[in-house]
Amino acid sequence: MDIKRRKFLKIAGISTIAGLAAPSALNTLFKGGEAAASSGGAAHGAPAAGGHGAAASGTPAAIRYGMVIDQRKFLGKAGEELAGQCIAACHTVHNVPNFDNKKDEIKWIWHTPFENAFPTSSQNHLSEGVEGGEFLVLCNHCDNPPCVRVCPTKATFKRPDGIVAMDMHRCIGCRFCMAACPYGARSFNWRDPRPFIDKATLNTKFPTRMRGVVEKCNFCVERLAQGLQPACVEAASKVQGLIFGNLNDPNSMISKVLKKNFTIQRKPELGTLPSVFYII
Amino acid sequence: MYDGNKIIPGLVIFVGLMTFPLWYNFGDAGPVPNPQKVENGASKCVRDTQYMRTSHMQLLDDWRDEVVRDGDRTPLVIDGKKYDKSLMNSCMECHANKQKFCDECHVYTAVKPYCWDCHYLPKEKF
Repeated sequence: MDIKRRKFLKIAGISTIAGLAAPSALNTLFKGGEAAASSGGAAHGAPAAGGHGAAASGTPAAIRYGMVIDQRKFLGKAGEELAGQCIAACHTVHNVPNFDNKKDEIKWIWHTPFENAFPTSSQNHLSEGVEGGEFLVLCNHCDNPPCVRVCPTKATFKRPDGIVAMDMHRCIGCRFCMAACPYGARSFNWRDPRPFIDKATLNTKFPTRMRGVVEKCNFCVERLAQGLQPACVEAASKVQGLIFGNLNDPNSMISKVLKKNFTIQRKPELGTLPSVFYII
Repeated sequence: MYDGNKIIPGLVIFVGLMTFPLWYNFGDAGPVPNPQKVENGASKCVRDTQYMRTSHMQLLDDWRDEVVRDGDRTPLVIDGKKYDKSLMNSCMECHANKQKFCDECHVYTAVKPYCWDCHYLPKEKF
């Protein structure tokens, strides 16, 4: 057949347009078909989806660790001593260095007055034990941890059991987490901590940290893995000053204690959902 | 070229001095490292020697991720003996001498692993 240049160009142009448009046209048709099918099934699909959604947000994980601090056991001189023992137990087990100055200080668990621990719950006429009393404070292992959200390397992460853990291998020492944490639970290693660790009580099963990383309480993950209680809980076990357990198990000791007693949390209005509760 | 009779011999001497380490050590790779392990009864490692030689760093990385991030601390069982996935609490039980075992090759290959910034041997000073 004799073909003119004009005709050839027309055919070529139309084929190009068809070639380019066909896949997307087919795609639209295909998707449209799917959408139609799913909208057809929506009548009985919706309740199921709704139910599933509710289950996803409402069904808790099997384990969510938490702690109750029974402040009634930490009153007075004896109580302060007990708190000191808890702090010492934690800091020995985890090779936490002891710097003499406040600036370099590393702390996993420490004690602080009521107005510092609960700055937004301060009021006039506090009871005797609360006013002037020292409160044990530590990482709250929040359900909604701001430190995890800001960590650029995911060095801090939330484990399925609710523990906010740190992977020291990944920490780059940017200290975003320290800025994000509303409880001041994190400490930065400004200096090499090793010379400041007591060699006599060194726990040779646990590593030290290096200069330039952030550290905090880890709820004793390494002890939990061995079936032990956290070190501070063990130190206060005689008077049951600290109760540790699974918040999602209604039969656990901690759940029973929480059911029986009115507790307060640190800065609950921030919505971080702390896992550490205080019986005042 | 002006002063060629000074510049050219000068250049030859300069290049000779700069490349001195190269030709002085040519063909000599230094003493071959001979890592030593402490005998404590265990005859087998968690993997065979060849694998450990080439890929122990990968194994340690995998262990680290499993233990720290996934919380999976299931110990390895080899010949009925349990081994925790841990550098300090497992590897160093047999390979107890860091200088003779780890550093031997790491120094030879000029590798500087940062394991020892945090991990340590109880016997070693830090």
